[in-house]
Amino acid sequence: MFAEFLQYMLSGITVGSIYALAGLGFAIIYNASHVINFAQGEFIMIGGMASSVLVAAGLPLWAAVILAVLLTMLVGLALEIFAIAPARDADVVTIIIITIGASIFLRGVAQLVWGKSPRSLPAFSGEEPINLFGAALARQSLWVIGVSLLLILLLGWFFNRTLFGKAMLATSYNRLAAQLMGIGVNKVLTLSFGMSAVLGAVGGIIVTPITFTSYEAGIMLGLKGFSAAVLGGLGNGAGAVAGGLLVGIAEALGAGYISSAYKDAFAFVIILFVLFFMPNGLFGKRSTERV
Amino acid sequence: MRTMRTAGLALAMAFAATVAGQAQAADDIKIGSFVSSTGVMGYMGDQEKKVLETYVERINKQGGVLGRPLKLIVYDDGTEAEKAASFTKRLIENDEVDVIIGGTGTPQTMAAVPQVERAQVPFISLAGGIVITDPVKPWVFKTPQSDKMAAEKVFGDMKKKGITKIALLSENIGFGKSGREQSLLAAPKYGIEIIADETYGPKDPDVTAQLTKIRGTAGVQALFVFGAGTGPAVVSKNIRQLGLTEPVYQSHGVASKDFLRLVGTAADGFRLPVDGLVVADQLSSSDPQKPVVVDLKNTFEGQYKTDVSTFAGHAYDALMMTVDAIKRAGGTDKAKVREQLEKTKGFIGTDGVYNMSPTDHMGLGLDAFHMVVIKNGDWVLSD
Repeated sequence: MFAEFLQYMLSGITVGSIYALAGLGFAIIYNASHVINFAQGEFIMIGGMASSVLVAAGLPLWAAVILAVLLTMLVGLALEIFAIAPARDADVVTIIIITIGASIFLRGVAQLVWGKSPRSLPAFSGEEPINLFGAALARQSLWVIGVSLLLILLLGWFFNRTLFGKAMLATSYNRLAAQLMGIGVNKVLTLSFGMSAVLGAVGGIIVTPITFTSYEAGIMLGLKGFSAAVLGGLGNGAGAVAGGLLVGIAEALGAGYISSAYKDAFAFVIILFVLFFMPNGLFGKRSTERV
Repeated sequence: MRTMRTAGLALAMAFAATVAGQAQAADDIKIGSFVSSTGVMGYMGDQEKKVLETYVERINKQGGVLGRPLKLIVYDDGTEAEKAASFTKRLIENDEVDVIIGGTGTPQTMAAVPQVERAQVPFISLAGGIVITDPVKPWVFKTPQSDKMAAEKVFGDMKKKGITKIALLSENIGFGKSGREQSLLAAPKYGIEIIADETYGPKDPDVTAQLTKIRGTAGVQALFVFGAGTGPAVVSKNIRQLGLTEPVYQSHGVASKDFLRLVGTAADGFRLPVDGLVVADQLSSSDPQKPVVVDLKNTFEGQYKTDVSTFAGHAYDALMMTVDAIKRAGGTDKAKVREQLEKTKGFIGTDGVYNMSPTDHMGLGLDAFHMVVIKNGDWVLSD
C-alpha cells in the first residue's frame, strides 16, 4: 500500500516539477512588463529540439546544451527587437496577442528546419531508476527537481538583491517613473525576453529525456506551465513551483486512486477552486487599482 | 476601329485558349487529395503526400493511364476536420476531380464522407477507424487495416500463449480511444478478459501512476498498450522504470522507425502487429507482397532519404488500386470506377492482399498483419 502511494507521489512530483520548470519562465517577462508571453512554450521547445539535434549530430551533451541555450536566447532577443519593440506603446493585450502570433511562427519555422519527427536526449545520469522503499524514481526526475529549485533561488536573488532585477520590477510598476529615475526601460524589456528564453531553454533541455520533444511540444508544456504559474501567482518563482507540484500530484493521485479517465479533470477543479477563492494565486501579491 | 479589332482578336484568342484549356483538362485524369501534412498527424500525412507525388509522376512518365496523364491536386488540411470538409467541397465543386484519395485520420475522413456520398465521387480513405467502412457506404473505401484487426491479431497471439487476463492501457483520444473500444468488443471472442482498463493523455510526461495501478491489480498476465506518437514511448520507458515483468503488447500505431529511435532498447521484448512494408527486408521471397513492398521502400527511401513508414503504404495502395479500377472501368465514369473498386480481387498492396466486396470496402484479412517482436531496438518477424 505504502509503496503504491509513494509511487503515485513520485509520479506526481516528476510531472509537477516538469510543469513547474515550464511555469518559471513566465515570471521574468511578466515581472518586467505584465505581459504573459505565450511563446514561452516555444522557447522550451527550441531548447529541447536544438540540443537533441546537436547531440544527434555528434556534439557532446555539454556543448549541445550551451549552444541550444544561446540559440534560444538569440531567438528571444530577436522576438523582442523585431516584434515586441515596434509595438511597445500598444496595450498589454495587444502585445500578448503578438506573442501568440510569434508562437505559431516559431512552431512553423521549427517544423521546417528540424522536421516533424519527435526527438529525444539520453538521460543525463543513466536510465537505471532509483529504488525508494519499493517505488522507482527516474534519475532524470532528480535533475528536473534540482534545477527547478536552483532556478527559484536564482530568480529570488535576481529580483530582490540585484540592481538590474529591481530596475525590472520598477519598470513593471511604473514605466514613466522608472524612466525618470534613469532606468533604460527599453533595454530592460529586451533583456527580459532574452532571460526568459534562457530559462525556457534550460527547462526544455532538462525535461526532454523524460517527455521527448517535437516541434509542437511547446503547446502542452506552455499551457501546463502557464496553469502552474497562474495557480502559484504570476511572477512568483516559488509560486510556479508550488502550483506545478499541486497540479502534478493531483493528476497522479487521481489517476491512481480514482480513474485515469478523469485525471485532467482533478487538476482543473483544483485550479478553478484556488482561483475562485484566491484570484491572485497561492503566492500572488494582492494588487490594488488606484481610482 | 483598330482598337476594336485588336480587342476582338484578343477576345477570340482568349476564347480559343479557354477551349484548349478545357480540352486539355478533360484529357487529364484528376486525382484529388487532402492529407494532413502539417499538424498533429503531420508525420503521417507528409509521407502520404510524398508517395502520391512520386508515383503520379512515375505513372505519367510511363505514359499515364489509358493513355491519359494523371493530374494530382493535393491540399493540406492541417489535421483539422473542418478544413478537410472544405477542401473536399473544393475538390468536388471547383477542381471537379474524378476520384478522391485522402483523409489521414478518421476524423478528417468522416468529415468528408457526407459530401462524397452526396456528390457520388469514389473516395479512398487512408485512415484506420472502423467506422469508415462499417457500416458500408457505397462511395467510401479505405486501405489501412482497421484498429479492430490489430486488436484481434494481438488477442490471437495472446490466446496461443495461454494468456487470458490482461490490462489495457490506451490513449484517451483519437487512435487509442477507438482502439480501446474495438479491443473491448473483440476481447470476449478470444476468451480474453480485460481486468484493468486505464488511459493516458497523448502528451503526458509520465504514466507511472497508471502502471502502478495495473501492477497492483491481481491476476494481470499481460499488458496491451494502444496508442500512437510519443505516448507509447513514454509508456515503454516507464514500464522499464517500474520493472514490470509481464509480457507487453503494443498496437500497430508504433510501427515506425521514429518509435524505435525514441525508446532505444527500452521496448525490447515487446510484441506488436505490423504490415508487410515495415518488415519488407525480412519477408520470405515467396511472399506475394515482397516485390511490392521492396519497390516502394527503395523508391521512397532513395528519393527522400528518410525511412518509409506504414502511412506511405496506405497512400500507395490507394493510388494503385484507383489506377487499377480506372483501367478496368475503361475510363473515369464515376459509377463505373466505383463498381470496379468494389470488385477489386486479389490486389496485392503494401498493407496486404485486398479482396473488396459490396459488404467489405476495406478488403483485408487478419493475415495482412505480421506479429513482430522488438529485439535490440529493431523489429524481428515472429509469425
